[in-house]
Amino acid sequence: MLNYTIRRLMFTIPVLLFISFIIFLLLDLAPNDPTGNLPMTIPPEVREKIRESLGLGQPIHVRYFKWCVQFFVNEPLNIIDQMFGTCTWGCEDRLRVQSWATRSPVVDLIVERMPQTLWVVGMSYVVGILIAIPIGVISAYRQYSWFDQAGTFVSMVGFSVPTFFTGVLMIVIFSVMIPTDSWFWFPSIYDTTHKVTDLASFGFQIRQMAMPVFVLALYNAAQISRFMRASMLDNLNQDYVRTARAKGMRERVVLLVHVLRNSLIPVVTVIALGVPQVFGGAIITEQVFKVNGLGQLLIIGIQGADIPLVQTLTFIFAVLIVLFNLIADILYGILDPRIRYD
Amino acid sequence: MTDATTAASVPEKHRNQWADVWDQFKTHRGAVMGAIFFVAVCCLVIFGPMLWHLDPNFIDIRSKNQGPSFAHPMGTDQLGRDTFASVLQGGRVSLLVGVTAMLLALVLGTLVGVLAGYFKRLDGFLMRITDLFLALPLLPLLLVIIMLFRDTLRAAFGPETGIFLLIVFVIGITSWMQTARIVRGDVLALKEQEFVLAARSIGTPSRRMIGRHILPNVLSPIMVSATLGIANAIITESALSFLGLGFPSDFPTWGRLLYDSTNFMTLNPERVIWPGLAISLTVLSVNYIGDGLRDALDPRIRGR
Repeated sequence: MLNYTIRRLMFTIPVLLFISFIIFLLLDLAPNDPTGNLPMTIPPEVREKIRESLGLGQPIHVRYFKWCVQFFVNEPLNIIDQMFGTCTWGCEDRLRVQSWATRSPVVDLIVERMPQTLWVVGMSYVVGILIAIPIGVISAYRQYSWFDQAGTFVSMVGFSVPTFFTGVLMIVIFSVMIPTDSWFWFPSIYDTTHKVTDLASFGFQIRQMAMPVFVLALYNAAQISRFMRASMLDNLNQDYVRTARAKGMRERVVLLVHVLRNSLIPVVTVIALGVPQVFGGAIITEQVFKVNGLGQLLIIGIQGADIPLVQTLTFIFAVLIVLFNLIADILYGILDPRIRYD
Repeated sequence: MTDATTAASVPEKHRNQWADVWDQFKTHRGAVMGAIFFVAVCCLVIFGPMLWHLDPNFIDIRSKNQGPSFAHPMGTDQLGRDTFASVLQGGRVSLLVGVTAMLLALVLGTLVGVLAGYFKRLDGFLMRITDLFLALPLLPLLLVIIMLFRDTLRAAFGPETGIFLLIVFVIGITSWMQTARIVRGDVLALKEQEFVLAARSIGTPSRRMIGRHILPNVLSPIMVSATLGIANAIITESALSFLGLGFPSDFPTWGRLLYDSTNFMTLNPERVIWPGLAISLTVLSVNYIGDGLRDALDPRIRGR
C-alpha cells in the first residue's frame, strides 16, 4: 500500500507539471495584451517598458521556468518562513508570484480568501453528506416506497436545477419577498467583515451562511444520495446479509453495522472525488451570494485579465483534482481489502 | 423515435430491437413526460417566435418593468422589452448550443473511445489524454478560454456567431471524456465476442469492422451520453452567461436573461422565475429521458 502510494505520488509530479505547462501555454497563446487597458496616450516605448517590467520580455520557456521556481520553491519557502518566523536563504529578495492588478503576492490574496470558501463550501459539503446518507439508506431499505419515489424525484430535481437558479430563487423568497424584520428573512449578501463575538453575532453568522450552504448542500446531497442508494441496494441482496439475519441479529444492527459499513466504501471515494468539483461549483454560488471567496477571486482576475492570479488559481484547482483522485484511490485500497494495488 | 412508434404497431413477428426499446421506454412515466415536455419546448422555441410577433429587441421604454399582462404574458424588462419573446428567442440559442455542443462532444468521445478500444497501439496514449482532460479544472478553464479568445473570435466572425462558435467549441471539447471512457469499455468487451472473430476471419477490414459491427453495438451508451450531454451543455452555457462571460446582453439566452434579471430582483422578482424555470424544466426533462433510455436500452432490465 505504501509502495503504491509512493509510486502514485511520484507519478503526480509529471502530471502536475504538464498541466501547469498547458495552463501557462494557454494563457500565453491568448491574443490579448496586458497593457491593453492602459490609456492610449502612453507612448509605445513606455508601453514596451511596462511589458518588460511585468516580465513579458523573455521567451516562453524562461518565463515558465521562472514561474515554476516562484510557485514550487519560493512560495513554499515563504510559507515555512512565515509559520516559524525563520529566514531561509534569500528571504529578503525572494521573488513571489505577483498579481498584476493588485501588485501583491497571489498567494497572500488566496490565503485571504480561503477561510470564506472553506467555511461556506466545506460546510455545505458536510451538510450535504449528512442529508444524503440517511436518505440513501432509507430509500434503499424501502425500495419503491413513497419515500424512495420522493427521494428519487427530489434528487433528480436537485441535480437538474442549477445552483444559480436555486440561489436566486431563495434570494427572491427569503430576502426580497419576506419583510426585513421577519424572523424568516435572510441576508442575500455575505458579509466577510462580520466578527463573531457574542451569541447574537453568532446567530447572524449562521443566518448569512444559511442560504449559500443550503443551496450547495442540496446540490451535493442529490448526487451523493443516489450513490448511497445504489450501493446499499447492491449490498442488501448479498449472502452475508441473509447470514446476519439468520444468526438472529437485530435488523438495526444488520442494516447500520453490516450493510451500511460495506456500502459506504464506494460512497466515501465518490465523496473524495467530489471535493474539487465542489470548489469549482462554488464559483457560481459565491457569485450569487457575493461571498468573496476563491471563486470570486478567480472571476475578478478573469475580468481584469490578471494572468498570474488566474494561472495560479486554475493550477491550484487542478492540484486539488489530482490530489483528491489520489486520495480516493488510496482510501478505496485501505477501506476495501478486496482491492489490491500491488 | 417516430420509426420506433410505427414499428411497434406492426404484428408480433416483425418486432425488432427498437420496438422493444420503445415499449420499455413507454413504461417509464417520468421519461415519457420528459420526452413530451422536451418536444413541446423545442416546438415552442422553434415556432414560437414566428407566432409571437413582438421583437425581443424592440424597446418600448414607456411600458418598462411591467408585471404579467395579456400584452406581455411574462412582463417586460427595464427597457420595456417583452420577456416572453426574449425567453422564446433565448431558448433557441440555449437549445442550439446544447445540441451542437453535445454533438461535438459525442463525436469526439466516440472517436476517441472507439479508437482506444479497437486499436491497442493507441489505447495507452488516448486514455492518458482522457485522464489529463479529466484532471483539468473545467469551469475555471472555460472561463479563462472565453476571456482570452472572445475578442478575437468576435472580430473574425461577428459578435453573435463568434461567441456561439467559441462556446460550443469549449463546451464540446471539455465534455467528451465520459463518453470516451464508456465507449472504450464497451468496445473492449465487444472485441472479445465471437461475431467479431467471425467477421475478422472472413477478412473484414478495420474500417468496415468499426462501421458495421462495433458502432451499432455501442449505440446505446452513446444515446444515453447524448441526453446527459445536452443537459450538461445547457447548464454550462447558462452558467457561463450567468457569470457574464457568455453571449452579449442584446442577444438573449436563458442564462443571460437570468443574469440580467437578478439586478432587478427587488423591483419585479417574478422576472427571475421564467428563464430559470425554463432552464430547470428543460434539463429535468432531458435527464428523465436519459434515465428512461438507460433502462430501455439495458437488455437485462428490458422485458421485466
